[in-house]
Amino acid sequence: MEVDREDGRTATMLRPLACSRSVLNRAHGSASWSQGDTKVLAAVYGPKVGTKKTENPEKASIEVIWKPKTGQIGKLEREYEMILTRTLQSICILTINPNTTTSVIIQVVNDDGALLPCAINAACAALVDAGISLKHLAVAICCCLAETGCVILDPTKQEEQKMKASVYLVFPNSVLSVLQVSVTKIDEPMEHGIITSVTHGAMSVEDYFYCLKSGRAATAKLSNFLRSRLQNRLPSDLLGDT
Amino acid sequence: MGSSNASGDISADMEIDAFRRLFPVQFYERHFVKSLRPDARTLNSARDTSVALGAVSSANGSALVKIGCTTMLAAIKMEIMTPSTESPDEGNLAIEFHMPPICSPLVRPGRPADAAPVISKQLADTILSAGMINLKELCLVSGKAAWMAYLDICCLDADGALFDAALLSAVAAFSSLRIPVVSLNDEGRVFISEEMEEGKSKREPVNKEQRKLTLSNIPFSLTCVLHKNYILADPNAEEESIIETSVTVVLNSSGQLVSLYKPGGPVLAYTAAIQDCVALTKQRVQELQIILNEAISDMEVD
Repeated sequence: MEVDREDGRTATMLRPLACSRSVLNRAHGSASWSQGDTKVLAAVYGPKVGTKKTENPEKASIEVIWKPKTGQIGKLEREYEMILTRTLQSICILTINPNTTTSVIIQVVNDDGALLPCAINAACAALVDAGISLKHLAVAICCCLAETGCVILDPTKQEEQKMKASVYLVFPNSVLSVLQVSVTKIDEPMEHGIITSVTHGAMSVEDYFYCLKSGRAATAKLSNFLRSRLQNRLPSDLLGDT
Repeated sequence: MGSSNASGDISADMEIDAFRRLFPVQFYERHFVKSLRPDARTLNSARDTSVALGAVSSANGSALVKIGCTTMLAAIKMEIMTPSTESPDEGNLAIEFHMPPICSPLVRPGRPADAAPVISKQLADTILSAGMINLKELCLVSGKAAWMAYLDICCLDADGALFDAALLSAVAAFSSLRIPVVSLNDEGRVFISEEMEEGKSKREPVNKEQRKLTLSNIPFSLTCVLHKNYILADPNAEEESIIETSVTVVLNSSGQLVSLYKPGGPVLAYTAAIQDCVALTKQRVQELQIILNEAISDMEVD
């Protein structure tokens, strides 16, 4: 089952990825993430004193502010804010700074499909840049299901509209640990566990699991890219600090 | 964890209510070990569900749905609009979910609940992508007039599984919908004609036979919360506040997956857990279909 994609990619090929960190001066951490023409800028401020509404004496809280490219924030953006907040809450270690709030501001620079996964990747890179303690990184991917039952990854906006269904998936990245003993008791590796799943459009249950499989295969590449981007700054960092 | 050991030691000489408030997770886990929940349900069973159609007499279609204590009132108002030029032979739906302060202590007056717009969006996505309503049926005169269905869902009591109850009430309201009779006047404009006595009506109704929507592929949903290896179906508000990972599965009556919604949460969902949630939803779809069909036949008898 082959599909012709307008930009000449194969079904499982991602668009070119780009990620740069510390792009903003005043933010505690920031990152810009782009997948093809979709580009998102994320800034992290905090941990800072919480507002009354979000303060929790036992846990740190995370708020996400979504800024669309143009216009006012609507229901779609509110949903994105909620999904992002809960996804980031699940990867952060919240018990470290109780009573504080960390704000993550997402500014959409350009939307050409797979916007939410792109924003999740950007937010994750920005959190690392800000030095927020995380349990693991999260990598997000968008899978689309064509009428023929074929799964394509990382669609452009045009492709997203043509497809009958789409799935946004977020997985943890594989943990590199010096400890030989694996902590998991489950027969599946940790990076196969779903942090977040959002679907649009009707599909059969088997198709969903097919998307899941393709998504998992692709996140290995994404997660390596993210890790390499986060690592290559370390030597210069150390030089700068001393 | 030090706290779990500590709770184990002192739980023997502690009142149950105090233990429940101080160590909610341990309190629940002790029930789960025995495959029970504090409200005497088993882990996989949903709460009692009831559907009453036609609860609001001034609306064109309405329903009152209760899942346990969660109560939703849905009502549909039909209005005539000019269809957009892109889709001249289609009507439209506008879905709004309201959470007034009456529904929960967490909602304050003047400050809308965070969950409300998200659930509105999810409902609209689900109803449109399930293919339940053929928007072409809402057309009156192509390019000139079509129906706009305003569906408002009001949460009266928010005791967990809000989306499930809201979706069931939306589906029930659509199945009780009676489309008003409309006629064309001399200038070719469509207006809603009052129910007039036989012979008195001078103008021929436009939609004499088209009074009900045909609903195909009706979506039904089940929310489960995940805690360690336990899967709890249809959580109430207390369970939702303690166990943060939730998975909402929506299946339509032809068995297709309309939505699998898991917004974050500390527990990772592995393939097995997802399969279990889908299987539980399949059972629940059958239960809900029976409940809805009974409500429809009850209304037709009246």
